[in-house]
Amino acid sequence: MMEREDDQPLLRAEGLSKWYGKQLGCRDVSFALYPGEVIAVVGESGSGKTTLLQLLSAQLAPFCGRVLYRMRDGVMRDLASLSEAERRFLFRTDWGYVHQDPALGLRMGVSAGANVGERLMAIGWRHYGRIRETAGDWLARVEIDGGRIDDAPYTYSGGMRQRLQIARNLVTRPRLVFMDEPTGGLDVSVQARLLDLLRGLVAELALAAVIVTHDLAVARLLSHRVIVMKDGEIVEIGLTDQVLDDPHQPYTQLLVSSVLPP
Amino acid sequence: MSIVLELTAVAKTFTMHLQGGIRLPVVTGVAFAVRASECVVLAGRSGAGKSSILKMIFGTYRCDAGSILVNADGRTVDVAQAEPRQILTLRARALGYVSQFLRAVPRVPTIDVVAEPLVIAGGERDDARRRAADLLRRLNIPERLWPLPPATFSGGEQQRVNIARGFISDLPLLLLDEPTASLDAGNRAVVVDLVAEKKRRGTAVVAIVHDDDVRAAIADGVIDVNRFTAAA
Repeated sequence: MMEREDDQPLLRAEGLSKWYGKQLGCRDVSFALYPGEVIAVVGESGSGKTTLLQLLSAQLAPFCGRVLYRMRDGVMRDLASLSEAERRFLFRTDWGYVHQDPALGLRMGVSAGANVGERLMAIGWRHYGRIRETAGDWLARVEIDGGRIDDAPYTYSGGMRQRLQIARNLVTRPRLVFMDEPTGGLDVSVQARLLDLLRGLVAELALAAVIVTHDLAVARLLSHRVIVMKDGEIVEIGLTDQVLDDPHQPYTQLLVSSVLPP
Repeated sequence: MSIVLELTAVAKTFTMHLQGGIRLPVVTGVAFAVRASECVVLAGRSGAGKSSILKMIFGTYRCDAGSILVNADGRTVDVAQAEPRQILTLRARALGYVSQFLRAVPRVPTIDVVAEPLVIAGGERDDARRRAADLLRRLNIPERLWPLPPATFSGGEQQRVNIARGFISDLPLLLLDEPTASLDAGNRAVVVDLVAEKKRRGTAVVAIVHDDDVRAAIADGVIDVNRFTAAA
């Protein structure tokens, strides 16, 4: 990101709105995400964070507004206009999606190696030896002992499952990863390890990411910019340290001042 | 020498929405310039707004009025108006900041905490670690501590790790917020040497320093921040 300052956005949200019946999901959300940039979306439960993530990743269709994404050929495309094949390509290759609950992002009954290898097979890898070797490399990168490659994730701890889910997502070298509370539900010590790992991988692979979190420490550690959401709308957006150290909106001030110092 | 940093009519007020919207004016009419190879020390009583000025230059605090021009890397950026992406680029290429406290990632070894700014800027990891080792040695951090994360270190050790991290890059502008506050005389002298080396390489330095000896040793000019303190 630092080397390319005049580049174009990777993803642009324009006036995104979504209702569930009469219930507002999010309203008039607009922002741009640049290659290699990490944006954290913070706010309390029910503020529309996860709805926004699902709209951005084409899992939900907006009532109004649109999401534009720069395909690998450099052309900005409206996600709603993509063919099924193009959308599948994005999900299998160009994007990752890390769920809070690893069971949603993994196949719990098949081996860890197969969980990672599956993404490679989906993009056409056929050579068993190479797939297994690459899966093994990725397990090592997320600090999973190679001796566990044939074990299914239901035998793994919560932290290991989350690291496996990350390996499965990153093995295809996506350009953009969506993460929904990636450290939620983990012990603090396990969280620290995961955060440190994510931080290294995001920087090393120059990943762009949208990370939904209610944890401001996660936002501070991982993100370049922060979006603060309340009642489905963006109330504040800016540089992470600016928003957290000099919050301007009443709600952001409340959020920042509600954190207990360790 | 060329002007690296120029503040004009800079003002900052905090609005505390949780306290009934009370407004706390911090500084107003801040104006000064710093040239390459020059160290300017911000002086003034506690609460005068010294740290707030440094944070506005770094972009951590937003600036309500005026301009903060940084001339470096072949361009001029007004931090007061810049987009977040411009500020991030500026920090990577031109703007260093040594805060009062180390904010480190839980598991990262000290040597990598120090080396990280060079690695992020695209430097080679082994080379970055060598330079980190040189600085840690100069700042008297025992080698047996280098593989450990600094979270459990003493306040003075953490501050020296923070200084090493802040001094590892050769950037055109360096901001120092009380870098010697909890250091002994020997380590204060090391910091004075490090600042002198930066100045020789052309770095412009803005520092907050309470220690009179350190100030006398590094300052080419002193700005009295009391005159910018905003009346409540």
